[in-house]
Amino acid sequence: MHSDVTQFDLAAPPSLQAVLKQLAAEPGKHAPIAGGTEMMVALGAGRLQQRSLLSIQHLRELRFIRVEDRLLHIGSGTTFTDIRRSAEIAKHLPLLVQSASWTGSVANQNRGTIGGNICNASPAADTPPALLAYGATVTLVSASGERTMRYVDFHLGYKKTALRPDELLHSIHVPLVFGDHRQYIRKVGTRNAQAISKIALAAVAKVEEQRLADVRLGAASLTDRPVRCSATEAVLSGASLASDALEETIRLARAALAGETHAIDDIRSTARYRGAVAGNLLEEFLRSLAG
Amino acid sequence: MSLVHLTINGENKSVEVPPMKRLLDVLREDLHLTGTKEGCGEGECGACAVLLNGELVNSCLIPALQANGTSLCTIEGVSTEGHLHPIQQCFLEKGGAQCGICTPGMILATQHLLNKYPNPTMEQIQEGLAGNLCRCTGYMRIFESVQEAAKLQNAGAGA
Repeated sequence: MHSDVTQFDLAAPPSLQAVLKQLAAEPGKHAPIAGGTEMMVALGAGRLQQRSLLSIQHLRELRFIRVEDRLLHIGSGTTFTDIRRSAEIAKHLPLLVQSASWTGSVANQNRGTIGGNICNASPAADTPPALLAYGATVTLVSASGERTMRYVDFHLGYKKTALRPDELLHSIHVPLVFGDHRQYIRKVGTRNAQAISKIALAAVAKVEEQRLADVRLGAASLTDRPVRCSATEAVLSGASLASDALEETIRLARAALAGETHAIDDIRSTARYRGAVAGNLLEEFLRSLAG
Repeated sequence: MSLVHLTINGENKSVEVPPMKRLLDVLREDLHLTGTKEGCGEGECGACAVLLNGELVNSCLIPALQANGTSLCTIEGVSTEGHLHPIQQCFLEKGGAQCGICTPGMILATQHLLNKYPNPTMEQIQEGLAGNLCRCTGYMRIFESVQEAAKLQNAGAGA
């Protein structure tokens, strides 16, 4: 431990409104803490900037999974274990279940939340690629109201989000329109169990008479934030998977992906490796659709 | 300082501690339950795993205040009246424990696993224990211990 815990304060306000009131009264002074799987590591490493924390882990208002108006709504306080146990999510959003299952270990999944995974805003986070591919929206709340935005617009840069200091991520919404889509997700890490990804790709697409439609691609660790690969999606829209056209479709898609992303060099991998493997994953997805 | 009420291994306890003190340190320093070990202190190794309201958690990542009002099971609460729990007995007989640092966490992760899957497949065992690192056994003896414990518990339940 590099931190002296007696120098930190933690309170557990009784309701979401009480937390929002406190955040609004002193913006930036308090850091919210949910499952603690990231914040407590930051505390141990001496990286925790705020001295005052507000626990939101106990707030029932933030922990729900429900289907309403053809949308699946997930509260930000929903744990990875909740996601893995949900029949609704398993039925509609298999890529999210898959990504929750490879987020840390069982003990971490029992505490860590989807809201924390998103707000921590690591470019390598596990659930964002699936949420990006599914075209999710997010609702942010503060004492003065709430706003809903496209999730793709939430990540502004490396560990930078659209969240104001007086706001909390309230919930995530995914349209239930993927029943006829083919779905793909793969994470490449150093090992299977609780590895941080070097690269991950989530993809959904419709295939109609050997042509691609409504292609959506979400990726981790391909740039400084979780990204949707829109230029590649555009190249693939209407592209043919017929045997005489498949190789050309793959070549164009790989080129588009390489052109629109800027893979990162860090302790876990190199930009070159990430770029090559991202292309391989995309190719694997396309071949699986053709096969 | 915060007053934190816990039910530990069936007993009610109250401690006055800094609210951000790690549950791990509360267990070891304030309650003198030193069976729970610290390995990495970052939630990677599972040496500090305990059951909190029946769910497996890493106690190094839980601030004391977040444990207020919960019911905890630590390795000290696994055996009953001086008799080893079947899981402990199987780890002993099958060589699932060597130096012992990971063992308390392994036992609790196994208990959590067998509550969920009384007849776990090898894949379920591997996933259930993936958050518990052991540098001695090479894991095979641990997997065998878990399989044996499942057999023993199922035989006991059927009797």
